[in-house]
Amino acid sequence: MSAPALAKDLLGIEHLSAEQIRLVLDTAEPFKEVSERAIKKVPTLRGKTIVNLFYESSTRTRTSFEFAEKRLSADTVNIAASGSSIEKGENLVDTARNLEAMRIDMVVIRHPASGAAEFLAKRIRSNVINAGDGMHEHPTQAFLDLLTIRDRLGKIEGAKVCICGDILHSRVARSNIWGLLKLGAEVAVCGPRSLLPRGIESLGVRVFRRIDEAIQWADVLNVLRLQLERMQAGFIPSLREYNRVFGVTVERLARAPRKTLILHPGPMNRGVEIDSLVADGPQSVILDQVTNGVAVRMAVLYLLAGGNPERAEAAKGGAE
Amino acid sequence: MTPAGQRSALLDARAITRALDHMAVGITELAGKDGANELMLVGIQRRGVELADRLSALIASRTGAPVSRGALDITLYRDDLATVGPKPLVGETRIPGDLSGKCVVIVDDVLYTGRTIRAALDELADFGRPARIGLAVLIDRGGRELPIHADVVGKAVTAGPGDRVDVLLTEVDGRDAVELVTGGGA
Repeated sequence: MSAPALAKDLLGIEHLSAEQIRLVLDTAEPFKEVSERAIKKVPTLRGKTIVNLFYESSTRTRTSFEFAEKRLSADTVNIAASGSSIEKGENLVDTARNLEAMRIDMVVIRHPASGAAEFLAKRIRSNVINAGDGMHEHPTQAFLDLLTIRDRLGKIEGAKVCICGDILHSRVARSNIWGLLKLGAEVAVCGPRSLLPRGIESLGVRVFRRIDEAIQWADVLNVLRLQLERMQAGFIPSLREYNRVFGVTVERLARAPRKTLILHPGPMNRGVEIDSLVADGPQSVILDQVTNGVAVRMAVLYLLAGGNPERAEAAKGGAE
Repeated sequence: MTPAGQRSALLDARAITRALDHMAVGITELAGKDGANELMLVGIQRRGVELADRLSALIASRTGAPVSRGALDITLYRDDLATVGPKPLVGETRIPGDLSGKCVVIVDDVLYTGRTIRAALDELADFGRPARIGLAVLIDRGGRELPIHADVVGKAVTAGPGDRVDVLLTEVDGRDAVELVTGGGA
Protein backbone atom coordinates (compact mmCIF):
# COMPACT_ATOMS: atom_id res chain seq x y z
CA MET A 1 0.00 0.00 0.00
CA SER A 2 1.30 3.44 -0.92
CA ALA A 3 -0.84 5.33 1.61
CA PRO A 4 1.54 7.26 3.87
CA ALA A 5 1.73 6.27 7.53
CA LEU A 6 3.99 7.04 10.46
CA ALA A 7 6.36 4.50 12.00
CA LYS A 8 6.07 3.25 15.60
CA ASP A 9 7.55 6.44 17.04
CA LEU A 10 7.79 10.14 16.26
CA LEU A 11 11.40 11.07 17.02
CA GLY A 12 12.06 13.94 14.63
CA ILE A 13 11.32 15.57 11.30
CA GLU A 14 14.68 14.83 9.67
CA HIS A 15 13.76 11.29 8.64
CA LEU A 16 10.14 11.92 7.66
CA SER A 17 9.06 12.22 4.04
CA ALA A 18 7.12 15.22 2.72
CA GLU A 19 4.08 12.89 2.42
CA GLN A 20 4.31 11.91 6.08
CA ILE A 21 4.54 15.57 7.13
CA ARG A 22 1.53 16.44 4.97
CA LEU A 23 -0.35 13.48 6.45
CA VAL A 24 0.09 14.92 9.96
CA LEU A 25 -0.93 18.45 8.87
CA ASP A 26 -3.98 17.18 6.96
CA THR A 27 -4.98 14.94 9.86
CA ALA A 28 -4.73 17.92 12.22
CA GLU A 29 -7.41 19.82 10.25
CA PRO A 30 -10.46 17.81 11.47
CA PHE A 31 -9.04 17.75 15.02
CA LYS A 32 -9.28 21.55 15.17
CA GLU A 33 -13.06 21.17 15.04
CA VAL A 34 -13.10 18.73 17.98
CA SER A 35 -11.64 21.44 20.22
CA GLU A 36 -14.43 23.84 19.13
CA ARG A 37 -17.23 21.48 20.24
CA ALA A 38 -19.24 21.97 23.41
CA ILE A 39 -18.12 18.46 24.40
CA LYS A 40 -14.44 18.53 23.46
CA LYS A 41 -13.90 14.81 23.44
CA VAL A 42 -13.95 11.89 21.02
CA PRO A 43 -13.59 8.24 22.08
CA THR A 44 -10.73 7.42 19.70
CA LEU A 45 -8.04 6.49 22.28
CA ARG A 46 -10.37 5.10 24.94
CA GLY A 47 -8.48 2.59 27.08
CA LYS A 48 -5.02 3.77 25.94
CA THR A 49 -2.63 4.83 28.68
CA ILE A 50 -0.12 7.57 27.96
CA VAL A 51 2.75 8.73 30.17
CA ASN A 52 4.09 12.26 29.82
CA LEU A 53 7.66 11.89 31.00
CA PHE A 54 9.17 15.33 31.40
CA TYR A 55 12.81 15.58 32.45
CA GLU A 56 12.75 19.33 31.71
CA SER A 57 10.27 21.95 32.83
CA SER A 58 7.56 22.80 30.35
CA THR A 59 4.16 24.42 30.60
CA ARG A 60 2.95 24.84 27.04
CA THR A 61 4.12 21.58 25.51
CA ARG A 62 3.13 19.40 28.44
CA THR A 63 -0.30 21.01 28.80
CA SER A 64 -0.85 20.84 25.06
CA PHE A 65 -0.03 17.12 24.96
CA GLU A 66 -2.25 16.53 27.97
CA PHE A 67 -5.22 18.32 26.39
CA ALA A 68 -4.64 16.40 23.14
CA GLU A 69 -4.57 13.09 25.02
CA LYS A 70 -7.66 13.88 27.10
CA ARG A 71 -9.66 15.10 24.11
CA LEU A 72 -8.97 11.73 22.50
CA SER A 73 -10.16 9.97 25.73
CA ALA A 74 -6.77 8.48 26.63
CA ASP A 75 -5.80 8.02 30.28
CA THR A 76 -2.75 10.10 31.11
CA VAL A 77 -0.14 10.26 33.82
CA ASN A 78 2.38 13.08 34.18
CA ILE A 79 5.83 12.42 35.56
CA ALA A 80 8.23 15.26 36.19
CA ALA A 81 11.87 14.68 37.05
CA SER A 82 11.60 16.52 40.34
CA GLY A 83 9.63 14.68 42.96
CA SER A 84 9.97 11.28 41.27
CA SER A 85 12.36 8.34 41.41
CA ILE A 86 14.39 10.12 38.73
CA GLU A 87 15.56 12.41 41.52
CA LYS A 88 16.82 9.33 43.32
CA GLY A 89 19.04 8.53 40.38
CA GLU A 90 16.97 6.00 38.46
CA ASN A 91 18.07 5.88 34.84
CA LEU A 92 15.79 6.50 31.87
CA VAL A 93 15.44 2.90 30.71
CA ASP A 94 14.67 1.62 34.21
CA THR A 95 12.02 4.29 34.66
CA ALA A 96 10.47 3.44 31.28
CA ARG A 97 10.57 -0.33 31.87
CA ASN A 98 8.86 0.10 35.20
CA LEU A 99 6.17 2.16 33.51
CA GLU A 100 5.77 -0.50 30.82
CA ALA A 101 5.34 -3.10 33.54
CA MET A 102 2.21 -1.12 34.46
CA ARG A 103 0.95 -1.69 30.89
CA ILE A 104 1.22 1.68 29.25
CA ASP A 105 0.77 2.29 25.52
CA MET A 106 2.65 5.49 24.72
CA VAL A 107 5.35 7.70 26.19
CA VAL A 108 5.73 11.40 25.45
CA ILE A 109 9.24 12.36 26.47
CA ARG A 110 11.02 15.67 27.00
CA HIS A 111 14.68 15.27 27.93
CA PRO A 112 17.76 17.53 28.10
CA ALA A 113 19.94 15.01 26.24
CA SER A 114 19.91 14.96 22.44
CA GLY A 115 18.91 11.50 21.25
CA ALA A 116 17.09 10.52 24.45
CA ALA A 117 13.81 9.84 22.65
CA GLU A 118 15.43 7.55 20.09
CA PHE A 119 17.42 5.78 22.82
CA LEU A 120 14.18 5.06 24.64
CA ALA A 121 12.22 4.10 21.51
CA LYS A 122 14.73 1.36 20.73
CA ARG A 123 14.32 -0.17 24.17
CA ILE A 124 10.59 -0.20 24.86
CA ARG A 125 7.56 -1.52 23.00
CA SER A 126 5.35 1.53 23.61
CA ASN A 127 5.08 4.27 20.99
CA VAL A 128 7.48 7.11 21.80
CA ILE A 129 6.82 10.74 20.93
CA ASN A 130 9.68 13.20 21.19
CA ALA A 131 8.52 16.36 22.95
CA GLY A 132 11.98 17.92 22.71
CA ASP A 133 15.36 16.25 23.21
CA GLY A 134 18.28 18.51 24.03
CA MET A 135 19.46 20.44 20.98
CA HIS A 136 18.21 17.78 18.58
CA GLU A 137 14.54 17.96 17.57
CA HIS A 138 11.08 19.09 18.69
CA PRO A 139 8.92 17.63 15.93
CA THR A 140 5.44 18.57 17.17
CA GLN A 141 6.56 22.22 17.46
CA ALA A 142 7.59 22.11 13.79
CA PHE A 143 4.21 20.60 12.85
CA LEU A 144 2.29 23.34 14.62
CA ASP A 145 4.49 26.06 13.07
CA LEU A 146 3.99 24.54 9.62
CA LEU A 147 0.23 24.27 10.13
CA THR A 148 0.02 27.90 11.29
CA ILE A 149 1.98 29.10 8.25
CA ARG A 150 -0.14 26.97 5.92
CA ASP A 151 -3.36 28.32 7.49
CA ARG A 152 -2.29 31.91 6.84
CA LEU A 153 -0.42 31.70 3.52
CA GLY A 154 -2.45 28.87 1.97
CA LYS A 155 0.65 26.79 1.29
CA ILE A 156 4.18 26.20 2.52
CA GLU A 157 5.76 25.73 -0.89
CA GLY A 158 7.58 28.88 -1.96
CA ALA A 159 7.02 30.66 1.38
CA LYS A 160 10.05 32.61 2.60
CA VAL A 161 10.58 31.80 6.25
CA CYS A 162 13.35 33.26 8.38
CA ILE A 163 14.13 31.73 11.76
CA CYS A 164 15.67 34.34 14.06
CA GLY A 165 17.81 33.98 17.16
CA ASP A 166 19.81 31.17 18.69
CA ILE A 167 19.82 28.61 15.90
CA LEU A 168 22.82 26.71 17.22
CA HIS A 169 21.22 25.43 20.42
CA SER A 170 17.64 25.23 19.16
CA ARG A 171 15.76 21.99 18.58
CA VAL A 172 12.83 24.12 17.38
CA ALA A 173 15.03 25.63 14.67
CA ARG A 174 16.36 22.25 13.62
CA SER A 175 12.93 20.60 13.31
CA ASN A 176 11.52 23.65 11.55
CA ILE A 177 14.33 23.79 9.01
CA TRP A 178 13.85 20.13 8.09
CA GLY A 179 10.09 20.48 7.80
CA LEU A 180 10.14 23.71 5.81
CA LEU A 181 12.77 22.45 3.35
CA LYS A 182 10.93 19.17 2.79
CA LEU A 183 7.70 21.04 2.02
CA GLY A 184 9.44 23.35 -0.45
CA ALA A 185 9.75 26.58 1.54
CA GLU A 186 12.70 28.95 1.20
CA VAL A 187 14.44 29.02 4.55
CA ALA A 188 16.76 31.59 6.11
CA VAL A 189 18.26 32.11 9.54
CA CYS A 190 19.28 35.34 11.24
CA GLY A 191 21.20 35.78 14.47
CA PRO A 192 24.55 36.49 16.05
CA ARG A 193 27.40 34.69 14.31
CA SER A 194 28.20 32.89 17.57
CA LEU A 195 24.69 31.35 17.62
CA LEU A 196 24.53 30.10 14.02
CA PRO A 197 25.71 26.58 13.23
CA ARG A 198 28.72 26.54 10.92
CA GLY A 199 28.05 25.27 7.40
CA ILE A 200 24.27 25.72 7.62
CA GLU A 201 24.30 27.16 4.06
CA SER A 202 25.09 23.69 2.77
CA LEU A 203 21.52 22.65 3.67
CA GLY A 204 20.23 25.30 1.28
CA VAL A 205 19.52 27.77 4.08
CA ARG A 206 20.22 31.48 3.50
CA VAL A 207 21.98 33.40 6.29
CA PHE A 208 21.19 37.01 7.20
CA ARG A 209 23.54 38.89 9.51
CA ARG A 210 21.16 41.82 9.90
CA ILE A 211 17.56 41.55 11.05
CA ASP A 212 16.53 44.37 8.68
CA GLU A 213 17.69 42.33 5.69
CA ALA A 214 15.74 39.34 6.99
CA ILE A 215 12.61 41.46 7.36
CA GLN A 216 13.01 42.80 3.80
CA TRP A 217 13.17 39.24 2.47
CA ALA A 218 10.79 37.16 4.59
CA ASP A 219 7.06 36.38 4.44
CA VAL A 220 7.33 34.78 7.87
CA LEU A 221 9.60 35.43 10.84
CA ASN A 222 9.84 32.65 13.40
CA VAL A 223 11.39 34.45 16.36
CA LEU A 224 13.03 32.06 18.81
CA ARG A 225 13.33 32.63 22.51
CA LEU A 226 16.77 33.84 23.54
CA GLN A 227 17.73 31.37 26.22
CA LEU A 228 19.07 33.61 28.95
CA GLU A 229 21.72 31.14 30.02
CA ARG A 230 23.43 31.78 26.65
CA MET A 231 24.38 35.20 27.84
CA GLN A 232 26.13 33.82 30.89
CA ALA A 233 28.00 31.45 28.58
CA GLY A 234 29.30 34.46 26.66
CA PHE A 235 27.50 33.94 23.34
CA ILE A 236 26.04 37.45 23.45
CA PRO A 237 27.27 40.55 25.26
CA SER A 238 23.98 41.68 26.86
CA LEU A 239 20.21 41.49 26.50
CA ARG A 240 19.99 45.21 25.68
CA GLU A 241 22.60 44.78 23.00
CA TYR A 242 20.74 41.77 21.60
CA ASN A 243 17.47 43.70 21.46
CA ARG A 244 19.16 46.67 19.77
CA VAL A 245 20.72 44.52 17.04
CA PHE A 246 18.31 41.58 16.58
CA GLY A 247 15.07 42.56 18.33
CA VAL A 248 11.92 42.42 16.19
CA THR A 249 10.37 45.82 16.74
CA VAL A 250 7.36 47.69 15.34
CA GLU A 251 9.66 50.22 13.64
CA ARG A 252 11.60 47.50 11.86
CA LEU A 253 8.45 45.63 10.78
CA ALA A 254 6.95 48.86 9.45
CA ARG A 255 9.72 49.00 6.84
CA ALA A 256 8.86 45.51 5.52
CA PRO A 257 7.54 45.41 1.95
CA ARG A 258 4.70 43.10 3.06
CA LYS A 259 2.72 42.16 6.17
CA THR A 260 5.24 39.80 7.73
CA LEU A 261 3.72 36.94 9.71
CA ILE A 262 5.22 36.69 13.21
CA LEU A 263 5.64 33.33 14.97
CA HIS A 264 7.22 32.63 18.33
CA PRO A 265 7.37 29.20 20.01
CA GLY A 266 7.21 30.72 23.51
CA PRO A 267 7.87 31.46 26.24
CA MET A 268 8.66 35.00 25.13
CA ASN A 269 11.24 37.37 26.53
CA ARG A 270 9.31 40.55 25.81
CA GLY A 271 11.67 43.40 25.05
CA VAL A 272 14.55 41.06 24.19
CA GLU A 273 13.98 39.09 20.98
CA ILE A 274 10.49 40.50 20.39
CA ASP A 275 8.75 43.72 21.42
CA SER A 276 5.38 43.56 23.14
CA LEU A 277 3.73 45.64 20.41
CA VAL A 278 4.81 43.03 17.85
CA ALA A 279 3.92 40.02 19.99
CA ASP A 280 0.41 41.38 20.59
CA GLY A 281 0.06 43.06 17.19
CA PRO A 282 -2.11 42.18 14.19
CA GLN A 283 0.64 40.28 12.38
CA SER A 284 1.30 37.97 15.32
CA VAL A 285 -0.07 34.41 15.09
CA ILE A 286 1.54 33.32 18.34
CA LEU A 287 -1.74 32.27 19.98
CA ASP A 288 -2.89 30.50 16.79
CA GLN A 289 0.28 28.45 17.13
CA VAL A 290 -0.82 27.38 20.61
CA THR A 291 -4.31 26.44 19.38
CA ASN A 292 -2.84 24.49 16.47
CA GLY A 293 -0.46 22.75 18.88
CA VAL A 294 -3.31 20.76 20.41
CA ALA A 295 -4.62 19.78 16.96
CA VAL A 296 -1.26 18.54 15.61
CA ARG A 297 -0.59 16.59 18.80
CA MET A 298 -4.02 14.95 18.53
CA ALA A 299 -3.14 14.07 14.94
CA VAL A 300 0.19 12.51 15.94
CA LEU A 301 -1.38 10.53 18.80
CA TYR A 302 -4.15 9.30 16.48
CA LEU A 303 -1.71 8.28 13.74
CA LEU A 304 0.67 6.43 16.10
CA ALA A 305 -1.72 4.87 18.58
CA GLY A 306 -3.10 1.42 18.52
CA GLY A 307 -1.06 0.39 15.53
CA ASN A 308 -1.36 -3.31 16.16
CA PRO A 309 -0.07 -4.76 12.89
CA GLU A 310 -0.50 -8.41 13.91
CA ARG A 311 -4.17 -7.91 14.70
CA ALA A 312 -4.62 -5.82 11.57
CA GLU A 313 -3.09 -8.56 9.42
CA ALA A 314 -5.23 -11.18 11.13
CA ALA A 315 -8.37 -9.11 10.54
CA LYS A 316 -7.45 -8.65 6.87
CA GLY A 317 -6.71 -12.31 6.45
CA GLY A 318 -10.12 -13.16 7.88
CA ALA A 319 -11.93 -10.88 5.44
CA GLU A 320 -10.37 -12.38 2.34
CA MET B 1 -22.06 -18.06 -10.56
CA THR B 2 -20.78 -14.66 -11.59
CA PRO B 3 -16.99 -14.45 -11.72
CA ALA B 4 -15.27 -12.51 -8.91
CA GLY B 5 -14.76 -8.81 -9.54
CA GLN B 6 -17.59 -8.56 -12.08
CA ARG B 7 -19.65 -5.36 -11.97
CA SER B 8 -23.37 -5.29 -12.55
CA ALA B 9 -25.62 -2.24 -12.45
CA LEU B 10 -28.15 -2.02 -9.62
CA LEU B 11 -29.39 1.52 -10.32
CA ASP B 12 -28.71 3.88 -13.22
CA ALA B 13 -28.83 7.69 -13.02
CA ARG B 14 -32.59 7.87 -13.63
CA ALA B 15 -33.33 5.20 -11.04
CA ILE B 16 -31.21 7.10 -8.50
CA THR B 17 -33.22 10.26 -9.19
CA ARG B 18 -36.47 8.34 -8.66
CA ALA B 19 -35.15 6.74 -5.49
CA LEU B 20 -34.14 10.15 -4.09
CA ASP B 21 -37.59 11.62 -4.90
CA HIS B 22 -39.15 8.73 -3.03
CA MET B 23 -36.73 9.25 -0.09
CA ALA B 24 -37.52 12.98 0.05
CA VAL B 25 -41.21 12.10 0.50
CA GLY B 26 -40.34 9.55 3.18
CA ILE B 27 -38.17 12.02 5.11
CA THR B 28 -40.85 14.72 4.92
CA GLU B 29 -43.40 12.26 6.35
CA LEU B 30 -40.95 11.19 9.07
CA ALA B 31 -40.37 14.84 10.03
CA GLY B 32 -44.13 15.50 9.85
CA LYS B 33 -44.73 12.97 12.63
CA ASP B 34 -42.52 15.14 14.75
CA GLY B 35 -44.72 18.21 14.44
CA ALA B 36 -42.94 21.49 14.89
CA ASN B 37 -39.44 20.13 15.46
CA GLU B 38 -36.95 21.55 12.99
CA LEU B 39 -35.60 19.03 10.47
CA MET B 40 -31.85 18.67 9.95
CA LEU B 41 -30.20 16.27 7.50
CA VAL B 42 -26.80 15.00 8.58
CA GLY B 43 -24.79 13.28 5.84
CA ILE B 44 -22.09 10.76 6.66
CA GLN B 45 -18.74 11.37 4.95
CA ARG B 46 -18.28 11.04 2.19
CA ARG B 47 -21.17 10.25 -0.17
CA GLY B 48 -23.82 10.65 2.51
CA VAL B 49 -22.94 14.36 2.53
CA GLU B 50 -23.67 14.70 -1.19
CA LEU B 51 -26.90 12.72 -0.82
CA ALA B 52 -28.00 14.95 2.09
CA ASP B 53 -27.36 18.00 -0.12
CA ARG B 54 -29.53 16.60 -2.90
CA LEU B 55 -32.28 15.47 -0.52
CA SER B 56 -32.43 18.81 1.28
CA ALA B 57 -32.89 20.58 -2.08
CA LEU B 58 -35.70 18.16 -3.00
CA ILE B 59 -37.41 18.58 0.38
CA ALA B 60 -37.04 22.37 0.28
CA SER B 61 -38.67 22.49 -3.15
CA ARG B 62 -41.59 20.37 -1.85
CA THR B 63 -42.15 22.22 1.40
CA GLY B 64 -40.92 25.69 0.45
CA ALA B 65 -38.78 25.92 3.59
CA PRO B 66 -34.99 25.53 3.61
CA VAL B 67 -33.63 22.41 5.35
CA SER B 68 -30.50 22.72 7.47
CA ARG B 69 -27.68 20.29 6.80
CA GLY B 70 -24.68 18.91 8.60
CA ALA B 71 -21.79 16.57 7.85
CA LEU B 72 -20.45 13.86 10.09
CA ASP B 73 -17.17 11.93 9.87
CA ILE B 74 -17.45 8.94 12.18
CA THR B 75 -13.81 7.77 11.92
CA LEU B 76 -12.91 8.86 15.47
CA TYR B 77 -15.88 6.85 16.81
CA ARG B 78 -15.14 3.62 14.93
CA ASP B 79 -14.99 0.40 16.94
CA ASP B 80 -12.15 -1.10 14.87
CA LEU B 81 -9.46 1.61 15.02
CA ALA B 82 -7.17 -0.68 17.02
CA THR B 83 -7.06 -3.18 14.16
CA VAL B 84 -7.02 -1.01 11.02
CA GLY B 85 -3.76 0.27 9.64
CA PRO B 86 -2.69 2.62 8.20
CA LYS B 87 -5.02 4.99 9.97
CA PRO B 88 -7.97 6.18 7.87
CA LEU B 89 -8.07 9.83 6.87
CA VAL B 90 -10.52 11.85 8.90
CA GLY B 91 -12.96 14.05 6.99
CA GLU B 92 -14.78 17.17 8.02
CA THR B 93 -17.47 17.19 10.72
CA ARG B 94 -19.76 20.20 10.56
CA ILE B 95 -22.82 20.38 12.80
CA PRO B 96 -24.40 23.85 12.75
CA GLY B 97 -25.75 24.82 16.17
CA ASP B 98 -27.14 22.66 18.95
CA LEU B 99 -29.07 19.54 17.97
CA SER B 100 -31.31 19.59 21.05
CA GLY B 101 -34.98 19.45 20.16
CA LYS B 102 -34.40 18.89 16.44
CA CYS B 103 -35.52 16.05 14.20
CA VAL B 104 -32.21 14.79 12.85
CA VAL B 105 -32.13 12.44 9.89
CA ILE B 106 -28.83 10.66 9.24
CA VAL B 107 -28.19 10.19 5.51
CA ASP B 108 -25.80 7.55 4.15
CA ASP B 109 -25.26 5.83 0.83
CA VAL B 110 -25.21 2.15 1.88
CA LEU B 111 -26.51 0.48 5.04
CA TYR B 112 -24.69 -2.81 5.71
CA THR B 113 -23.45 -3.98 9.14
CA GLY B 114 -24.88 -0.96 10.99
CA ARG B 115 -21.55 -0.20 12.68
CA THR B 116 -21.19 3.17 10.94
CA ILE B 117 -24.63 4.18 12.18
CA ARG B 118 -23.79 3.04 15.72
CA ALA B 119 -20.75 5.32 15.61
CA ALA B 120 -22.84 8.16 14.14
CA LEU B 121 -25.41 7.87 16.96
CA ASP B 122 -22.62 8.10 19.56
CA GLU B 123 -21.10 11.12 17.83
CA LEU B 124 -24.44 12.94 17.45
CA ALA B 125 -25.09 12.49 21.17
CA ASP B 126 -21.99 14.63 21.79
CA PHE B 127 -23.63 17.50 19.90
CA GLY B 128 -26.86 17.66 21.91
CA ARG B 129 -30.07 15.73 22.49
CA PRO B 130 -32.22 15.65 19.37
CA ALA B 131 -35.97 15.09 19.80
CA ARG B 132 -35.62 12.22 17.34
CA ILE B 133 -32.97 10.66 15.14
CA GLY B 134 -33.99 8.92 11.91
CA LEU B 135 -32.00 7.11 9.25
CA ALA B 136 -32.32 7.43 5.48
CA VAL B 137 -30.14 5.36 3.12
CA LEU B 138 -30.01 5.06 -0.65
CA ILE B 139 -29.21 1.33 -0.54
CA ASP B 140 -30.02 -1.22 2.16
CA ARG B 141 -27.97 -4.30 1.34
CA GLY B 142 -28.87 -6.36 4.44
CA GLY B 143 -26.24 -8.10 6.56
CA ARG B 144 -26.76 -6.20 9.83
CA GLU B 145 -24.49 -7.00 12.79
CA LEU B 146 -26.29 -4.61 15.16
CA PRO B 147 -29.97 -3.95 15.95
CA ILE B 148 -30.27 -0.97 13.57
CA HIS B 149 -32.78 -0.33 10.80
CA ALA B 150 -33.42 2.47 8.31
CA ASP B 151 -36.61 4.57 8.39
CA VAL B 152 -36.32 5.53 4.74
CA VAL B 153 -34.73 3.30 2.06
CA GLY B 154 -34.16 4.22 -1.60
CA LYS B 155 -33.74 0.60 -2.70
CA ALA B 156 -33.22 -2.66 -0.85
CA VAL B 157 -30.87 -5.13 -2.55
CA THR B 158 -29.42 -8.50 -1.66
CA ALA B 159 -25.64 -8.70 -1.61
CA GLY B 160 -23.49 -11.50 -0.22
CA PRO B 161 -20.87 -10.92 2.49
CA GLY B 162 -18.05 -11.04 -0.09
CA ASP B 163 -19.72 -8.57 -2.44
CA ARG B 164 -19.32 -4.81 -2.54
CA VAL B 165 -21.94 -2.20 -3.38
CA ASP B 166 -20.46 0.92 -4.99
CA VAL B 167 -22.49 4.11 -4.97
CA LEU B 168 -21.09 6.56 -7.53
CA LEU B 169 -22.23 10.18 -7.46
CA THR B 170 -21.56 12.89 -10.04
CA GLU B 171 -20.18 15.31 -7.41
CA VAL B 172 -17.48 12.81 -6.38
CA ASP B 173 -17.17 10.22 -9.13
CA GLY B 174 -18.27 12.04 -12.26
CA ARG B 175 -21.42 9.95 -12.82
CA ASP B 176 -24.47 8.60 -11.01
CA ALA B 177 -24.71 4.83 -10.66
CA VAL B 178 -25.06 2.04 -8.11
CA GLU B 179 -23.12 -1.12 -8.95
CA LEU B 180 -22.69 -4.53 -7.39
CA VAL B 181 -19.12 -5.87 -7.47
CA THR B 182 -19.26 -9.62 -7.03
CA GLY B 183 -16.50 -10.86 -4.73
CA GLY B 184 -15.23 -7.28 -4.42
CA GLY B 185 -15.10 -7.36 -0.62
CA ALA B 186 -17.34 -5.17 1.52
